[in-house]
Amino acid sequence: MKIYIRSTGNISPQHSLDKTSFFLSRVKTTHNYFKSLEPDYDDFVDSKMIRRMSRVVKMGVAAAITCLRQAKMDCPGSILTATAYGCLEDSDAFLRKMIEFDEKMLSPTAFIQSTHNTVGAQIALLLKCHHYNNTIVHSSFSFENALTEASLLLKDSLGPVLVGAVDEITEDRHTILSRFGLYRKTAKNEGNIAGEGAAFFLLDNEPGDSPQAILRDVQTLHKPETPEAIQDAIREILQTNGLQIDQIDLVLTAHRNRKKLDEADDELLKTVFQNNHCYPYKSLCGDYPTATGFALWFAALLLKEQKPPQWMEGYRFPLKNILIHHHNGNDHHSFILISAC
Amino acid sequence: MSQPVFIAGMGIITSIGNNLQTNLQSLEMGQTGIGKMNWLSSIHRDELPVGEVKYSNEALALITGLSPKIPRTALLCGIAAQEALKDAGWNERLTARTGFISANTVGGMDKTEKFFNFFSKDPASGKLADVVFHECGAVTELIADYLNIRHFVSTVSTACSSSANAIFTGARMIREGLLDFALVGGADALTRFTLNGFNTLMILDKDLCKPFDENRRGLNLGEGAAYLLLSSENGLQQLQKSPYARISGWANANDAFHQTASSPGGTGSYLAMKGALETAAILPGDIDYINLHGTGTQNNDIAEGTAIQKVFEGDTYPKMSSTKAYTGHTLGASGAVEAVYSVLAIQHGIIFPNLRLQTPMKEFPFHPDTELRRNQTIRHVLSNSFGFGGNCSSLIFSAA
Repeated sequence: MKIYIRSTGNISPQHSLDKTSFFLSRVKTTHNYFKSLEPDYDDFVDSKMIRRMSRVVKMGVAAAITCLRQAKMDCPGSILTATAYGCLEDSDAFLRKMIEFDEKMLSPTAFIQSTHNTVGAQIALLLKCHHYNNTIVHSSFSFENALTEASLLLKDSLGPVLVGAVDEITEDRHTILSRFGLYRKTAKNEGNIAGEGAAFFLLDNEPGDSPQAILRDVQTLHKPETPEAIQDAIREILQTNGLQIDQIDLVLTAHRNRKKLDEADDELLKTVFQNNHCYPYKSLCGDYPTATGFALWFAALLLKEQKPPQWMEGYRFPLKNILIHHHNGNDHHSFILISAC
Repeated sequence: MSQPVFIAGMGIITSIGNNLQTNLQSLEMGQTGIGKMNWLSSIHRDELPVGEVKYSNEALALITGLSPKIPRTALLCGIAAQEALKDAGWNERLTARTGFISANTVGGMDKTEKFFNFFSKDPASGKLADVVFHECGAVTELIADYLNIRHFVSTVSTACSSSANAIFTGARMIREGLLDFALVGGADALTRFTLNGFNTLMILDKDLCKPFDENRRGLNLGEGAAYLLLSSENGLQQLQKSPYARISGWANANDAFHQTASSPGGTGSYLAMKGALETAAILPGDIDYINLHGTGTQNNDIAEGTAIQKVFEGDTYPKMSSTKAYTGHTLGASGAVEAVYSVLAIQHGIIFPNLRLQTPMKEFPFHPDTELRRNQTIRHVLSNSFGFGGNCSSLIFSAA
C-alpha cells in the first residue's frame, strides 16, 4: 500500500500538541500510570458541549480536530475510530449507580455516552459530517484493523479517511488491571506503566500540501505459536515491500520495562533486529491496547522533521523507514511499516 | 480487484429459535419470542417484556461444549457461528483465507456486572476471572479460538448498527481479494446494564412492541446471535456449494444530529439506503422487500418512514416489514439477525408479516405487510440498521 499521512493530531502524556516542547523535553512519571497532558478544550469545542463529554471523548474530539485543522479539511470521506475499552468512565459510572440504587432512579446521561461509538459519533456531530463512520473495538488489533479498513475505503474513492486510536485510564480500570499485577509497584521498581491517549490521522491517496509520511503496510499476527513465527512475519513484511532489514532505520519496540513482559521483544533484539536502532515507545505513552496510535504519530513526526528530539541521543538521521511492533502479552502481534515521503 | 460476494452459510439463535430451521418456522407461524423475563435477573422482571433466548447459560454451553462460565454473549455467538460454518460445509482444512468479523455492544458485561456487585463496595474484592472478558473484542477472540479462525479477526461496535457494519467490513475484504471466506455477524445477550440503560431513556414498551403502528409505545429488548459465511467465487468452489444469495450493496452514513435520537427527516437513514442502492447499481423500483429497522419507538419509525418515502417517492413502494415484533431489538446482533431473515425471504420466496400492526402510521402512503406472503419472486432485499451515535447502515441482498 502507498497511503499518505496528510496530517496528525495527538493528545498523549507527552507534549504532543506542541512540537517545539516535544523536541525539547520528555515528560516522565513517578506513578505507575501516565495520564495525558490535556489541552484547554475551549480551543476545540463549544464549552456547552464540552461539559457533557467524558475525558475520552474530549481527548478524541480534540485530537481529531487538530488533525483536520492541519489539513484544512471540514468533513473527511470516512471516520474510523479504534478503541479497546470504549467509554469506560461513563459505563463504569452507570454500572455503579445501577448497583448502588438497585436499578432505580437512574439518569440516562452516562448510559447514552457509554456506547463504544461515542467518540466517532461526537466527531461526526461536531463536523456535521454525514459520511461513513465506523468503530473498531478489537483489543490490541483495534487500531491496526482500522488502518486496514481505511486502506480499503481509500480504494472506494470516498475521499480522505480520518482514523484514530483512543483509550483512557480510569480509576476503576487502573485498580482492576493493577490487581492482575500488570504495573510496577513503585517508581524505583522496573516495570510497566499504564497509559492512555488519542491519536488521529488523515489518510489519503493524494499527498496534499505537506504530507507527513507514507504508510506502507499493516499486518497482524494472532497468537503466534513460536518466536520464529514472529520473525517470519517480519521478514515477510520486508519482502513484500522490497526492503532488507538494514533498510529499517528505526524500530519502535513494544518493550514495557519488565523482563517477564519483554521476552518476545528481547528475543527480536537478539535475532531479526540485532543490527537495528530501536526505541521503546511505551516509555513515552505508557502501555495500553491502542498505543500504536501514539507510535505511528511519533514515527510520522520523526520522518517529517528528520531530526531527533533532544532527549533521544545516539540515533542516526535522516530516516527513511520505520517499523512499529506492538504486542499484548504475546497474544496479538502487529507491525506497521511507515516511510518518509 | 472486485469480486462478487456470496452467502454460503447461515446460523442463528434468537428468542424464536435456536437454529435456522426453528427461526424460519416461527416466522412462518407468526410466533413471537417476546415475553416474561426468565433468565435475566432484574427488578424490572414483571414489568418489561423481553425477547429472551429460552435457555440457561448451562444449557447453551451444552450445545457447543464451551464453558458455561464465559459471557452469555460468547455462548450465543459460538452457537450461531458454528451453525453458519456447518451449514456452508466449511472446515479448518480448507486452504482458503478465512476471517471472523463479529459485532457486539457490551462484551462480557454480564460478568462485569457480577464483578462490580463486589468491587463497587470493596476495590480488593470481586473475582478477576469475571472481568477478563469485559472487552467486546474478548468475546470475539473466545469464539475465534473455538472455531480455530486466525487469519483475520476483528470486532465492530456501533451500537444497534454494529453487525450490519461487521457484515460489510467482511464483504469489502472479500470483494478486494483480502479474504476468501468471512464469517460475519454479531451477538448480544440481555444484560441489566442495557435493560436499565434503555429504560432510563423511556423508550421501552411495557407491553409487546408494535413497530410502525400509529399507537406504538416503544421497543422491547431481545438477545441473540446470527452469522453468515460470506464467500468469494473461489471459496464457493472449495465448498462445492451453491450460494443462498449475494450481498450486492451496502452503505454507512451518519445522521450527525443527536447522540441517541434520529433526525426528523431521517437524513442518515436516507443516505444509507441511497448509498446501498448506488453500490448495488440498482434502482429503488428493483427492491422487492424492505426488512425495516422498525424498532417501535416514536422516533425511529417516523424517521425511517420519512427516509423511505424520500427514497421511493414516485416508485411503487416495496413490500416491507419489521421482524422486531418477533425477536425484540437484539441490538448488536440485530443487523445480522435481520440479514439472515432477508436471505431466508429470498431463498423461500416469503415475506414475513409485521406482527401486531393494527393502525398504520397516518404520515405515510405505505404500511408494512401484516400477512405472511408465499410464492413471491424476491430479487433484492433492503435491510436497515440504525443506531445511537447516528450510525446508519443499509445492506442489499440479491438472488445469486
